[in-house]
Amino acid sequence: MTAIPCSPELDARSLGLRRMVVDTLVAAGRGHLGPAMSLIEIVRVLYDDVLNLRPAEPKWPGRDRFILSKGHGCLAQYVMLADKGFFPAEALKTFCKHDSFLGGHPEYGTIPGVEASTGALGHGLSIGVGLALAARMKGETWRTFIAMGDGETNEGSVWEAAMAASKHGLSNLVAIIDYNKMQSYGPTEAVQGLEPLADKWRAFGFAVVEVDGHDVAALRRAFAALPADPTRPTCLICHTVKGKGVPPAEHNANWHHKNKLTEDELSVIGEALGAA
Amino acid sequence: MRKVCLDQVHALARRDARVLYIGSDPGAGTLDKMKAEFPDRFFVEGIAEQNVIGMAAGLAMEGFVPYVNTIATFITRRCYEQVAIDLCLHDLPVRLIGNGGGFVYAPLGPTHTAVEDLAIMRALPGMAVVAVADATEMRRFMESSLDWKGPIYIRLAKGGDPVVTKEEWGFTIGKAIAEREGTDVLLVTTGVMLGRAQAAADALAAEGVSVGILHMPTVKPLDTESLLPRAARARLVVTAEEHTRIGGLGSAVLDALADAGPVGRVLRLGIKDAWTHNYGSQDALLKDNGLDAQGIAHSVRQALSAL
Repeated sequence: MTAIPCSPELDARSLGLRRMVVDTLVAAGRGHLGPAMSLIEIVRVLYDDVLNLRPAEPKWPGRDRFILSKGHGCLAQYVMLADKGFFPAEALKTFCKHDSFLGGHPEYGTIPGVEASTGALGHGLSIGVGLALAARMKGETWRTFIAMGDGETNEGSVWEAAMAASKHGLSNLVAIIDYNKMQSYGPTEAVQGLEPLADKWRAFGFAVVEVDGHDVAALRRAFAALPADPTRPTCLICHTVKGKGVPPAEHNANWHHKNKLTEDELSVIGEALGAA
Repeated sequence: MRKVCLDQVHALARRDARVLYIGSDPGAGTLDKMKAEFPDRFFVEGIAEQNVIGMAAGLAMEGFVPYVNTIATFITRRCYEQVAIDLCLHDLPVRLIGNGGGFVYAPLGPTHTAVEDLAIMRALPGMAVVAVADATEMRRFMESSLDWKGPIYIRLAKGGDPVVTKEEWGFTIGKAIAEREGTDVLLVTTGVMLGRAQAAADALAAEGVSVGILHMPTVKPLDTESLLPRAARARLVVTAEEHTRIGGLGSAVLDALADAGPVGRVLRLGIKDAWTHNYGSQDALLKDNGLDAQGIAHSVRQALSAL
């Protein structure tokens, strides 16, 4: 395994997005905290610097397609979509509530900016293969990005999709792995070992790039250099920390999904994330 | 029926640039002519059915109309979640060609016989479920499949099924065919059971029993408009299908009758709820389950005498 790089300090934007996630979770009384926190910098850089999107026109045909295949990490995506103006930030307070359009997993058709309903793990990359093929068949230059959890790659369907992406030489497809090394039950290496993960993706025909998934500058550089190979799909392995930035949640499987946060927990989190 | 179905994919592809074909690992030479004419819209993706369904979903999201061809049990059992989520939840126009519906693969045993496929597919919101009776009806159905908005499961029988339908029937997805009207019994069929039902009805007619036949190539959405008045007039409603008695045509008919009001006598003919530990031919297994013409006629006689 590549050594996990030492992430720089989280900047104000990363801290602010995390506060939005925590506020959303507190309002709802539930949510997948750990998987969202590991993903913040990945989605931040995608939405800020990489994806070609028009928030006022979510179905604009020329947009880049982004599917959050690890749908349980949706709090990270929702705060970015709100931040970008796809829907009002006020709506975040309704997360998981009866009349809300924001459920615990992203749904296509009801959330502006969400390209596919996900949450059943292992589906996103296959859909991405279809999207990337369609772009090529139609001569379109937009790209397809699929973000997956590391635990999600336990699914056999992920590797079926990897074979297909490679067979078709889909250089317009990017598989992003949020490699936080934890899944619901505990460490990925204990539950169902993934290593050597980069070698696996290489063996399946991908150009592989590894990056510190919390280092905004490094992520920007990695995304700007895509495709890593003009003839092959790219797998961007982002080394991350589950629960990153929320001290009691870091590396802690008990914070994979969290219901109510106690006053003590909120106080610790507030101190770590700083004032708004 | 199989050849006509696949040839129609090619014919539709000629007419409409949205149409494409995705096979898993079909027999050598499948649709070679389409492959030669439209190499960019012809895909063979290997024994990876979950990926094939997701990939078809992605292509359909971008405006294509994929016709996916693989063995019926692999579509219905193996990648049910992909079919449910990727296709139905997104309401995408993907057509699933389920090869070997019912007992077609009788010699290959229970891993390949698709006798609960209609039930599995019928349970999915937005999924249309179609089982035609013969090759000519398949051609008419395929014509009508092009512009159907949502996903369709197409139950494919085998080659060489006798032609028992008529051109003038046409085909509209969601519409039943009143093959004949009768006063005593309403016999409701789907797929290749139509031919067997016709022979059974002829035999019963010779004995003075008036049998109407309602052919239901679309199991979902069910044509209740055709069904309900005819069922109300009949002394006995009989459903016949090459499918387990659980969840298929018989269940669909009972659901519709029960929703409409009090239900009279309904006899559901189908495959018993047990794994079939036998091989041989489709016809032999249908006979074992009382689903040949003689078996159907016999069951109707017994039910009528008990009324």
